[in-house]
Amino acid sequence: MRKVLKGNGAVAEAVRLARAEVISAYPITPQTSIIEEIASMVSRGSLEAQFIKVESEHSALAGCIAAASAGARTFTATSAQGLALMHELIHWAAGGRLPIVLADVNRAMAPGWSIWTDQNDTLSQRDTGWMQVYCQSSQEVVDSVVQAYKVSERVLLPTMVVLDAFFLSHTYEDVEVPEQVMVDRFLPPLELPHRMDMERPAALGNLVFPDRYMEFREKMDLAHGVALGVWEEVGREWGELTGRPYGLVEEYRMDGAELVLVTAATTASTARPVIDALREAGVPAGLLRLRVFRPFPAERIRAILGGRKKVVILDRNCSFGHHGIFHQEIKSALYELPHGEQPVLHGIIAGLGGRDITPDDLHGMLDGAWSGKITAPVTWWDVLPVKDRERAAVTMVEGG
Amino acid sequence: MIEIRIHGRGGQGTVIASQILAEAAFREGKHVQAFPSFGSERRGAPVAAFVRLDTEPILVRTEIYEPDGLIVLDQSLILQKLVDVTQGLKEGGWILVNSSHPPEDFAHLGPYRLATVDASRIAAEHRLGSITAPIVNTAILGAFSAFTGLVGLEAIAEAISATVPVKSEANVEAARAAAVAVSVAEPAPAGR
Repeated sequence: MRKVLKGNGAVAEAVRLARAEVISAYPITPQTSIIEEIASMVSRGSLEAQFIKVESEHSALAGCIAAASAGARTFTATSAQGLALMHELIHWAAGGRLPIVLADVNRAMAPGWSIWTDQNDTLSQRDTGWMQVYCQSSQEVVDSVVQAYKVSERVLLPTMVVLDAFFLSHTYEDVEVPEQVMVDRFLPPLELPHRMDMERPAALGNLVFPDRYMEFREKMDLAHGVALGVWEEVGREWGELTGRPYGLVEEYRMDGAELVLVTAATTASTARPVIDALREAGVPAGLLRLRVFRPFPAERIRAILGGRKKVVILDRNCSFGHHGIFHQEIKSALYELPHGEQPVLHGIIAGLGGRDITPDDLHGMLDGAWSGKITAPVTWWDVLPVKDRERAAVTMVEGG
Repeated sequence: MIEIRIHGRGGQGTVIASQILAEAAFREGKHVQAFPSFGSERRGAPVAAFVRLDTEPILVRTEIYEPDGLIVLDQSLILQKLVDVTQGLKEGGWILVNSSHPPEDFAHLGPYRLATVDASRIAAEHRLGSITAPIVNTAILGAFSAFTGLVGLEAIAEAISATVPVKSEANVEAARAAAVAVSVAEPAPAGR
């Protein structure tokens, strides 16, 4: 059924369709309306679930971990500082091999205090063992949340489904909400193999000596490898059921593309008409959208980008001191290419703290890289000019 | 693609107006986007909301900088120069103002297609909000439909019924009354 929903409403609809059994969550802007809507569904009876109100995000995820350990399908949602507060338990959920699904509405980390979008909150959780999917539309949000349960429950790893603050979370748009019958066929009830069971007593989370710890960690790494194939398979199956197939990455006008924009989330949607315009102007431009960031589809990316001339990697995030994070990861993936097939990479850091990334910005980045005007390996886009870098680096005031 | 910016004050239902408008266009088979200005809102302070309508799926996901038209729920934003409402408005764009004045009184805004409707009076007559703070967001959408023809009045009525849980009939009636009452200025001479 087609409906007008905002991104946060799309998350709630998907959680209802997935028949989550335990929702444990704490409010934070811009995520709050996700759990408000789910709470309302639970009280109306349109979702049969336990909604646990907690006193912090740390407890929110603890609630999911406990319920998931008992074999329940669980959900939580958060943003920015809330996700950071969960961090200890983010590791616990992955190490416990619990298929929890968490929606994170990307919000910039404080200070400076911000409620607007960027990706540093979720990318700071990169090394926890969670899978991460970045969405470009509310349609993809609905579809990805349901898919995330299927993949998570197959490979026993939790998933973060990520959506941009405001550009998705608070934007109403028309969305196809799948039928419950179809989702029920797609997503059978959770059967967690290592769930707590009174008939089969076992200890969870106990001390693991050095002679065994590494094997558990290797299993997580192996699961990420397996998950690459599972995301592809599940994305194809979803496509057969709905007409909306998904992959690990999305290619747009990549045939013969010599100038490639690599980016994720809503910016990748905005970029498509820009790529069209460049093509019309005779510039051989294409777009590679990162969707599944963990597991990281290094081989796919290498196959797609090998032999291209110039690649502009737009990061709405930064690993301070060393590039945007997508830029780092792509650079490492391309290392195995033969020398002659290495494209020139230009990292662009843009849109932090919710600054808009407009079609004009994207034209500027791509024209700049193509014409050779942009030469630096990393460019901070659209920032106030810095006169004295040394001085600017050690002053707290704006500019410098 | 049509891009619309709605100006109002916090508490006047500006954001709801954008949602109803999007819902109405959606009911006519359009692809839609509606969103508030991305910030924190305070009652009485100037706010804005945005709508995109298209026959094709809408890919652009940015704020709106060059709208095709404006809906102004509170004329004091213009009269007291609180907001530069015409900022970025496309050449030949349209402006609909909630005002008891004739549209010609807003000709100083520039060479745009102008219309006014006394949505505050109509809303008060339909007992929407209070006389001092009428809720005008549904009434003005009736006028929007009649003025621009971008979305039909029946779709607006359906969207109001589906979106507004309280006094939805009175809200629909107010929209219908405003569609009749809207006053459209003669086109401004070129180069004015």
